[in-house]
Formats: sequence, structure tokens, C-alpha cells
Amino acid sequence: MSAITCKELNFYYGNFHALKGVNLNVSEKRITALIGPSGCGKSTLLRVFNRMNDLIIGSRAAGDVKIFGEQILGDGVELTGLRKRVGMVFQRPNPFPLSVFENVAYGPRIHGLKRGGGLERTVRECLESVGLWNDLKDHLKENALSLSGEQQQRLCIARTVATRPDILLMDEPCSALDPQATARIEELMQDLKSNYTILIVTHNMQQAARVSDDCGFMLMGELVEFGDTNRIFTAPADKRTEDYITGRYG
Amino acid sequence: MDRFISKLLFLAACSSTAILALIALFIFKEGLPIMAKTGIGHFILGKEWAPLSGQFGIYAFIIGSLWVTIGALIFGVPLGVSCAVFLAEFAPPKWVGVLKPAIELLAGIPSVVYGFLGVMWLAPIIREHLGGPGLSILAASIVLAIMILPTIVSVSIDAIQAVPKSYKEGSLALGATAWQSTWRVILPAAKSGILAGVILGMGRAVGETMAVIMISGNATTIPHSPLDSVRTLTANIAIEMGYAVGDHRQALFATGVVLFFFIMILNTVALKFARRKF
Ligand SMILES: Nc1ncnc2c1ncn2[C@@H]1O[C@H](COP(=O)(O)OP(=O)(O)OP(=O)(O)O)[C@@H](O)[C@H]1O
Ligand SMILES: [Mg+2]
Repeated sequence: MSAITCKELNFYYGNFHALKGVNLNVSEKRITALIGPSGCGKSTLLRVFNRMNDLIIGSRAAGDVKIFGEQILGDGVELTGLRKRVGMVFQRPNPFPLSVFENVAYGPRIHGLKRGGGLERTVRECLESVGLWNDLKDHLKENALSLSGEQQQRLCIARTVATRPDILLMDEPCSALDPQATARIEELMQDLKSNYTILIVTHNMQQAARVSDDCGFMLMGELVEFGDTNRIFTAPADKRTEDYITGRYG
Repeated sequence: MDRFISKLLFLAACSSTAILALIALFIFKEGLPIMAKTGIGHFILGKEWAPLSGQFGIYAFIIGSLWVTIGALIFGVPLGVSCAVFLAEFAPPKWVGVLKPAIELLAGIPSVVYGFLGVMWLAPIIREHLGGPGLSILAASIVLAIMILPTIVSVSIDAIQAVPKSYKEGSLALGATAWQSTWRVILPAAKSGILAGVILGMGRAVGETMAVIMISGNATTIPHSPLDSVRTLTANIAIEMGYAVGDHRQALFATGVVLFFFIMILNTVALKFARRKF
């Protein structure tokens, strides 16, 4: 089943036409990568799916976007519920300046889970699922800002996973990390794939080739080509895709 | 040239520290003998202030300063912080551009004007509706609260606006509402800045003299209710300095010494609150 279906999506920042007629199907429980040169609209597209673009005054989306069959554009959509189901991990790790525990407990708490009502267990499970539990189980009260960059990003993933989302949006989640940490986060993504649909934006073509099952190439607000990652990297159908992946473009 | 400038700056730093040290030294030199003579315990806890008969107990003024300051914070902090939260987080940006300078302008109004307004407006209202002499702890607290509002609001707005946008984004992206994000992430992150504003405001409330003399009633007795008149430490010095000589004069300097420690203790307590673990 497709997790996200997107038909004739157009997006505007004021008068600037940032996404032009995007059509896309993201399949469930797979990793889908979006690649393309800087400024082509990857982040914009990602942020349509959890309506984070709503924060930008003067921006506007038109078209038809469904998450597991439910329309998410328009006024009637409950954003808090949508964002609980569609979690997001940001480019720069942005843990809250709270304790490790409170960071992970944040989502469950605002969605109504109380201490004693399974909060401790949820926090533990989430930290385990991102491989932080063993390192941090004795440091749950420490300020999250004192962790290393990689740990912070893992914590942010744990925090997102804690609201039990269906989809994880990741906007260049490794760009602030060194190559070893990047490799370990990529491994983590493979582990998470069995439970979540992951949509990742990356600048790094090798990363897209390594981690993703499906891949989309964007250029100046258009989704030029979309399909199986192997196929895109070995036999691109569009000349522009080929130019980009062989390094002849941008 | 560089060395010359750094020498000059060093000299400036030294002299300003030295001036402060000299002032402190002078106050202590003038004030301590009478404290020793009366006995520190008697001076601080003595309930009788009768300079003409040699009774120097400033307990009532310490209590007066304490209540007036706490009262000002009780009214001023919730109002000021909510105002800052509203302006920094929920109001359209244009409003902030207009309202913040307007609020800061309030800080420029001389304290005698606030005192005058308090005497003319506030005191009669309190006298008629709540009883007592009107010139009271309650009246002084309200006037001081208004006077420290600009400091608290403007420093708090700066503190809230300095919180990285990524915190708010992260919170909203987890499905939190704007209000939840403010309460659970932004305010805790801005806490130390907001507290700095509160401490600044508190300093102003403790040190304020003119308005307090006008509005607090200046009774030298220990207050029993918020509607009673009080005299504060600062008011005590200002009211009596014109005619004090000898021991009396020294007792006023000693009041200054106590004021000095009073402010230090208040600041320490406030900082303790700030450093509390989340
Ligand atoms: N808040 C905004 N207001 C106006 N224009 C914007 C805004 N954010 C992005 N844009 C424009 O929209 C286009 C797409 O931006 P977007 O951030 O989606 O690109 P991107 O593919 O994620 O780039 P990068 O790889 O650099 O992150 C860019 O041309 C950018 O200048
Ligand atoms: Mg981007």
C-alpha cells in the first residue's frame, strides 16, 4: 500500500513557484530517498507531508496529498494528529534543552501518556530502538545538550519514534555528522525500516544509493524521475537524471 | 598602541572597581560602629526605632522592604512574563515592533510621577474599598509592580526571542500545539534570561525610594496586614538624612549596610531558584 500519494502538487512561497506538479507514490515500510541539487525543493516537499510549511507566512500548497488514504491539505486537517503520525527528524540535531528522559517522553506526554502509565517503558523502548539505551540508561537525567552530535541525532530519532508515527521524514539527518556516525545512522535506518516508512532527503548520492529502496530526483521544483533506486542509478530514463548522477550537473 | 590601549582599559577597570570598593568601605566604616554599639542582633531584630532616645532597631523596615518587594513581584512577575510571552510568541510581529518600545518608554517615567499617581488614584480606592489608611503595602506593591514591568517585559521578550527556532519547530513537529511548545520548551529554555529580568526588576523594587516614600505611609511600626502602612529601608534613610547627626546619622549608614546585604541575599535566593534542576 502506498503511505503517501501526491497528485499534481504545487507549492508557492508567495509568488515563487517552489514545487511544480509533483506526482509521487511512497510505498509503505521502505526507504525512499529524494535527491537533487541545492534549492530544488526537496525540503519543501518533505515539509508538505507534515504541514511544517504552514509556519511560513505567505506559503500555499495546492493539489492532492494523501497519507494512508487521508487528505492532508486544506483547512479541516488536525495538524497535531497529522504530525503525530508523520514524524520529522531535522538536519541539525535539535534536542530540547531538557533531560534525556524528558526529550523522549515529550511526545507521549503531550499526547496524553502519564508517568506510571507506561511512560518509562516507552522511553526505554525508544532509546533501545535507536541503540542509545545501553549508553544512556544511567544518564537519563542528564541534559540532552551535553550529548555528542551523533547521540543527539539518535535521541531526536527516538523522540520522534516515541509518538508512534507511521512515517518518518528525515531532512539530511547526517549532514552534521562525521562519516562513521553517518554509517551508524544509516544502519539504524535499515533497522527502523521494518516498522516505519522512511522518506529521506539527502545531498549525498552515495548515501541515497546505499540506504534507499526507491529514489526520486528533483530539479527546480519538479520531480524529474522516480523509481527503484538500483534502476535510477544504473539506467536512468531521463537525461537530466543521468547528468546529475554522473556528476555532469551542478 | 595595542599595549597602551590595554593599559588604559586596565586602568579604567581598576579605578571603577576601586571607586565601588571605596564607597562600600565608607558606608561600612560609618555604619558598623553603631551596629557594634547597639549589638547587631538588637539593630536588626530590634522593634523600636526612636533615634532621639537612642533606640535603633530596624526590624520593621526590613519587614517593610521585604513585603513591598515580594508584593511587587507577586503582581509584576506573572503580568510581565505573560505579557512577554504573548508579545514574543503569539502577537503579530508588527505589534511587538510598536508595543515593546512603548513599554520600554514606561521605564523612563520618573518615579515621583508613579508615586503621585499612586497617592491620587490608588490609595483612595484601597482606602474606600478595602479599608485601612490606603497608603499601604498593597498600594506600594502595585505601584512598584507597574514600575518594574518594563524591565521584566523587555528582558523576557529578548530572552524568549533568543531561544533557537529549532526548539519550537521540533516541538511542533511532534504534534504539540503552539501553547504546549511555549510552556514546555520555550519557557524552560528562556528561564535564565527571564530570571535575569526578574532580578533586575527586583533590584529596582528594593532600591526604589521616592515612589515608596509617597505611597507606603512610612509608619515605623511592624505591619500586620497588606493594608497597613510601612516604611522601607531606603525610605528610612531618605526621610531622616536631612536632620540626622551623631549616632542617628551612623544608624542611617548602618541601614545602608543592611540594605546591601538584603539585596545580596535576595539575589542569591533568586539565583538558587534559577539553577534548580529541570
Ligand atoms: N521560507 C522561504 N521563503 C521563500 N522562498 C523559500 C523559502 N524556503 C525555501 N525557499 C525557496 O524554495 C526553493 C526550494 O527550497 P528548499 O529548501 O526546498 O530546497 P532544498 O532542495 O531543500 O535545498 P537544500 O538542498 O539546499 O536544502 C529554493 O529556491 C528556496 O530559495
Ligand atoms: Mg533542504
